[in-house]
Amino acid sequence: MTDTASASAPATTKADWTSDQEPRWCPGCGDYSVLTAMQLMLPELDGRPEDTVFISGIGCAARFPYYMNTYGMHSIHGRAPAVATGLAISRPELDVWVIGGDGDMLSIGGNHLIHAMRRNIDFTILLFNNQIYGLTKGQYSPTSEVGKITKSTPMGSIDQPFNAVSIALGAEATFVARTHDMDRKHMQETFKRAHAHRGSSLVEIYQNCNVFNDGAFGAITKKDKRDSMLIQLTHGEPIRFGSEKEFGVISDHSGNAQVVKVADVGENALIVHDEGSENPSIAFALSRLSSGPYEPTPMGVFREVKRPEYSKNVNQQIEVAKEQNGDGDLYELLRSQPTWVVD
Amino acid sequence: MADTISQPEIREVNRIIVRFAGDSGDGMQLTGERFTSASALFGNDLATLPEFPAEIRAPQGTLAGVSAFQVQVSDHDITTPGDAPNVLIAMNPAALKKELSKLEDAGTIIVNLDTFEERNLKKAGYEENPLETGELSEYTLFQVPMTSLTKEVCKEIEGIKPRDAERSKNFFALGLVSWLYQRPLEPTLDWIEKKFGKSPQVVAANNAAFKAGHAYGETTEAFDYAYEVKPAALEPGEYTNINGNTALSWGLVAAGKLSERPVFLGSYPITPASDILHELAKHKNFGIQTFQAEDEIAAVASSIGASFAGDLALTTTSGPGVALKGEAIGLAFNLELPLVIIDIQRGGPSTGLPTKTEASDLLMAMYGRHGESPIPVIAPYSPGHCFHVAIEACRIALKYRTPVMILSDGYLANGSEPWKLPDVDLLPDISTTFTTEPNHVDEDGNSHFWPYKRDPETLARAWAIPGTPELMHRIGGIEKADGTGNISYDPSNHQKMTDIRQTKVDNIANDMPLTWVEGDLDADVLMIGWGSTWGSIASAVKQARSEGHKVAHAHLIHINPFPKDLGEVLSRYKKVICPEMNMGQLSKLLRAEFLVDVQSLNKVQGHPFTTTELHETILVALGKK
Repeated sequence: MTDTASASAPATTKADWTSDQEPRWCPGCGDYSVLTAMQLMLPELDGRPEDTVFISGIGCAARFPYYMNTYGMHSIHGRAPAVATGLAISRPELDVWVIGGDGDMLSIGGNHLIHAMRRNIDFTILLFNNQIYGLTKGQYSPTSEVGKITKSTPMGSIDQPFNAVSIALGAEATFVARTHDMDRKHMQETFKRAHAHRGSSLVEIYQNCNVFNDGAFGAITKKDKRDSMLIQLTHGEPIRFGSEKEFGVISDHSGNAQVVKVADVGENALIVHDEGSENPSIAFALSRLSSGPYEPTPMGVFREVKRPEYSKNVNQQIEVAKEQNGDGDLYELLRSQPTWVVD
Repeated sequence: MADTISQPEIREVNRIIVRFAGDSGDGMQLTGERFTSASALFGNDLATLPEFPAEIRAPQGTLAGVSAFQVQVSDHDITTPGDAPNVLIAMNPAALKKELSKLEDAGTIIVNLDTFEERNLKKAGYEENPLETGELSEYTLFQVPMTSLTKEVCKEIEGIKPRDAERSKNFFALGLVSWLYQRPLEPTLDWIEKKFGKSPQVVAANNAAFKAGHAYGETTEAFDYAYEVKPAALEPGEYTNINGNTALSWGLVAAGKLSERPVFLGSYPITPASDILHELAKHKNFGIQTFQAEDEIAAVASSIGASFAGDLALTTTSGPGVALKGEAIGLAFNLELPLVIIDIQRGGPSTGLPTKTEASDLLMAMYGRHGESPIPVIAPYSPGHCFHVAIEACRIALKYRTPVMILSDGYLANGSEPWKLPDVDLLPDISTTFTTEPNHVDEDGNSHFWPYKRDPETLARAWAIPGTPELMHRIGGIEKADGTGNISYDPSNHQKMTDIRQTKVDNIANDMPLTWVEGDLDADVLMIGWGSTWGSIASAVKQARSEGHKVAHAHLIHINPFPKDLGEVLSRYKKVICPEMNMGQLSKLLRAEFLVDVQSLNKVQGHPFTTTELHETILVALGKK
């Protein structure tokens, strides 16, 4: 993420960030709204298209880079975090975004995702979670609910789904947030926060696949449901939701988060959201509050803590090595073992 | 009259083959390396063959736990570690049992007598003590109580732990053999000081054991002769003793300098390739970034990311890792990004023989990816040559924007030879240029950057790296339209792109040397090889020619593409024999490409061909046997 971009960088517009390629997602796909949110948000930051790179894996969401007028790579299934890791270590001044779906990031690429987060590679990961395999035409995914009937599970899925936020917290991520494709403003605010963070930022986006899993998040993201079903996390404030803010979240005696009526417990009993808590336990408890997008579900930033981003340490070691041993000299390297001369 | 010690006679010999063998914990690799290093500094030519078990510590005293190190030392140019050792140092009964069959007829055996007791004999599978049954009568046998003599001389050392004293017995053996072959003592004593300087007791114990071993040879009158090998008349120059993995690592460091690109290595530990990761990690002062990834796929994928960023990107592995990297290598090939993949081959398939050498990944390197994805393949022929192959691979990768596979193997990786240091100023310039301006103007006069616009000569595509204003572009694994690089599902475009990528790689043949052939131009028999078989083939051909037979040796460094005169070269000979440490992979390629009836000679036994085996094959082919 760019430290060098000057304050005088010319202002950009949406058009500057939009490539000449026409998006080829299904009409009505949630991916469009994420793309638009991104293209509208980037001009509000100080970055330049030439210093910005989008790296994706395979899947519907992974076509995203083609539509951005930045540098980009549509790589192979699951490997986007690994490709982006090499890029971000090698060129810390670049602004790197990693794009993938729930299959790409949590199934075939799960290993790379968790290791990128524990290393705190400096990039922003957008995890488009639609709880289905779209590009392969409708098999269940690692986030599909138990019992999901799909082409590959005609009698219902028997797999326990992953919770992406729980995984990110467990994988030592330093920034973890959730947003959804029905609220452009919320997406943009979340992307901005994620982008501003140094290190790995994971943003889970609840994204509707209107062809193979339509309405998967409708029970919580429809306009008339949001007040009662979305719990906006705001740093430093008691966690409350509902049209009258009549509900709140407490930590019970076992440390589990629990939805309560504020009137029953009083506001002082509520969890005051602390993004910066070194201990991720409460953030984790919040991530477990809903077992799926049909119960009140937290949105926003679960956690943001400071830890050195990876490339900084990599390059620091290089600087120390140069200080200790001088700039590498090939002539000397060849003579670093005992040598002898034949006349 | 003064007392006189009768000094043994010193006989001059032109070469010796020594094999150190003992338990995994006995330090035989270190002992062999020290003997080698002292010989190298003395000016001999040499070649080594370390052989060790896959287990870090196999059960003590068993056949499975035997670790051995063979070295040939000579006063003339040699290319192999030798076939049958002249002397076997056996530190325990298991070593004797396992290694005896390799010893030359009537050869010399030096055993550590202290270990030939009931328990160890039983573990090695001896029902009776072979030192007492007379079964070794055809050999010259020296029974030396190395453990007890070492403990004895270490007694005086203040504060020494009994375990450290006992562990120094390998230096006693080294001292004895150093005397037997009149090696200089200083290099070993210097090394001990440097290596163990932090613990004075260990320095003292190793020094004492080493000197005691030496004195034992000199004074006991057990030995009638000591032997001397004069320095070899090597080409003038400065030399170091180097193994293949170190040479390869230095070649990669050099390639970074020569290309003026930062080096990025994405790697995952695997035998026998890990030492390259270790070596490069030591040279961060060259600006090298080493990244130990979470798995083989992330290792290559991170390198692809670094390559996209503009680095000289590398990944090191062995066969199982190449298998895992296959899809990503296909991506790099399709993206047309530079990437060097280093495969230090080992016995396979699956875990196979991780610490033993084999060269059976050739067809995987050639074809082990989905789709039409030909990548350049090059193979070093000796430990020192690994340095130059590393640079050549990077040159091709950068110039042609393609993944390149280096096929080394466990034998080259761990074996060493005296290597003449190259003149740094004469190494090739392998720098490349990035595109920094739009390279295409459309009909309306608008400028664009076309990432797949090509150099008409090399067919290499334009390479612009992130951070370059105006040249933003997207690349991906989906087939691209020629020129623009935009997604294209057009069938005829796919044919065109497939043809272009193939032609680009084929044409590298115009940019590399012709086939390397040595020996008799008018021979009927050609022995052709690739990789580490060079030493054995060169040695066998040399022997046959010294006996008056006509034979030629071709050795391939570039395997894909082949040198452009290779077909013509093969057609000159009535018989073409191809020895390989696999079941006939190069033979298949040569037959398919040139319709030549190549005679395949195969060996997958975990160690290289012997000179004797190949010499015999030549004689049979010539009808002389």
